[in-house]
Amino acid sequence: MAFWDKIRETPAGAEPRGVLGWLHVALVPLTLTAFVGLWALVVRVLEYPAFILPAPDRVWVRFLVLAGDGTLGRHTLVTVGEVLAGLALGTTVALVLGFVLSRSRALERLVAPYLVASQAIPVVAIAPLLVIWFGAGATSKVLLSAMIVFFPILVSTVAGLRGSDPDLDDLMRSYQATRWQTFAKLHLPTALPMIVAGVKVGATLSVIGAVVGELAGSDRGLGFLVKQGQGIYDTALMFVAVIMLVVIAMALYGFVTLLERPLLAWRD
Amino acid sequence: MGRQRGGPVIELRNCSKRYPSQLGQAAVDALEGVDLTIRPEEFVCLLGPSGCGKTTLLKAIAGLVSLDEGEVYIDGDLVTGPGPDRAMVFQDFALLPWADVVTNVAFGLELRGVPKATREKKAFELVQAVGLAGFDHHFPRQLSGGMQQRVGLARALAVDPQILLMDEPFGALDALTRRLLQEDLLTLLDRRRKTVVFVTHSMDEAVRLGDRVVLMTPRPGQVRDIVEVGLPRPRPPDLEKHPRFAELLEYLWQQLREMRP
Repeated sequence: MAFWDKIRETPAGAEPRGVLGWLHVALVPLTLTAFVGLWALVVRVLEYPAFILPAPDRVWVRFLVLAGDGTLGRHTLVTVGEVLAGLALGTTVALVLGFVLSRSRALERLVAPYLVASQAIPVVAIAPLLVIWFGAGATSKVLLSAMIVFFPILVSTVAGLRGSDPDLDDLMRSYQATRWQTFAKLHLPTALPMIVAGVKVGATLSVIGAVVGELAGSDRGLGFLVKQGQGIYDTALMFVAVIMLVVIAMALYGFVTLLERPLLAWRD
Repeated sequence: MGRQRGGPVIELRNCSKRYPSQLGQAAVDALEGVDLTIRPEEFVCLLGPSGCGKTTLLKAIAGLVSLDEGEVYIDGDLVTGPGPDRAMVFQDFALLPWADVVTNVAFGLELRGVPKATREKKAFELVQAVGLAGFDHHFPRQLSGGMQQRVGLARALAVDPQILLMDEPFGALDALTRRLLQEDLLTLLDRRRKTVVFVTHSMDEAVRLGDRVVLMTPRPGQVRDIVEVGLPRPRPPDLEKHPRFAELLEYLWQQLREMRP
């Protein structure tokens, strides 16, 4: 079972679990253990040097050292800050623009080609440019993260706000609902599941934007640690940083999913 | 608007509506020169095959569709849009999936700014009246189709309209549920005199419910015939044994057969 399904699962004890049920719970730890075991085996049997593929225990020790002297925490906080700011900025802009575009087909026709074109530009390619413009600080990373987050949320917002049942639009009109009422009581609740789905996608992407920015030029953050590790062939350090990035993305996704549950309770 | 007694008169004068051609589809003459007068408190059924403009006609009365030609008058006032004197019941129920039964029933009142306590009291009464007592806080997807349409009916009645516009309301239901809802609708209307315009493609349903049946032809949508039902009210449970019932069905069937392309 994928972990995103696990998050949505009913709390333990809510339903009787058979052997299969317990297997489901144990599945992720089991596969993870198997994966790490396989990794350790490959390193031992093929005798890779540590700078090519460090063994799991080596990565673990590196993690403990980095966590112990506060390096890991400091750089992680930097990246998390950039990611959260980028996600917030990208989501806000996407929601506002999505609302405007959903109201006007003409405006959408005018703006859509530019929006799509902007998505054809690889973030990696403009990251150095943004670093030149906004410096090596957090601003360029927040902007890159926001840019990458923005599009999926915009698309889902426009589609969601336009996706109401035509009968329900007739219903609103037949009751002479005001524009505001139609938006607040029909279009927004209709769009909410799609918007949340867009934010989920955005949340995982936001990490990519920030890291690409850090790789392009910075002196802190997990992306910086990856680059540092590369420079001195400290592969274990790179592993630690990458694993931390995965953890951040998963935590964000899980957090949005938790928000989703009370919001969309009527669907369960 | 409207008189104290007797309810409003609906007049359709020379109504025409053409849907322009769209990608790969020819233009459709949904209505052409339809004249019809609906009497106060009358139950009129619009009967015809699919695509004969019945729904367009209903939506024109609702003020949801603008006509290319002709006018709709309610008590002599030209219809230019929806109004509080009319309420719709939809074929696919059109309930808010995220709102429970009471909230759905109270929705029309909510949009009109009726305070929460007042509107929920009224909604609660109507939920009982349509036979859904105990389901107040169920969500639409937890209800069967028949129950969902009871909610749709209660919602329309909640705003106390003079005119009830019903667009194949029982078309999506199985035969048994449909019969039960037909009976319950008539019972509900016995206690609340309303003018009803009821779109259906079932001859049986039209004869069971209507005072008159307006038979429409497809493309262009025109009135072919208007039949006085003339069956007793309240309608007896063994209506099908009434000789007039069989006679009407036979007549309508002949007419519909001749319309076959």
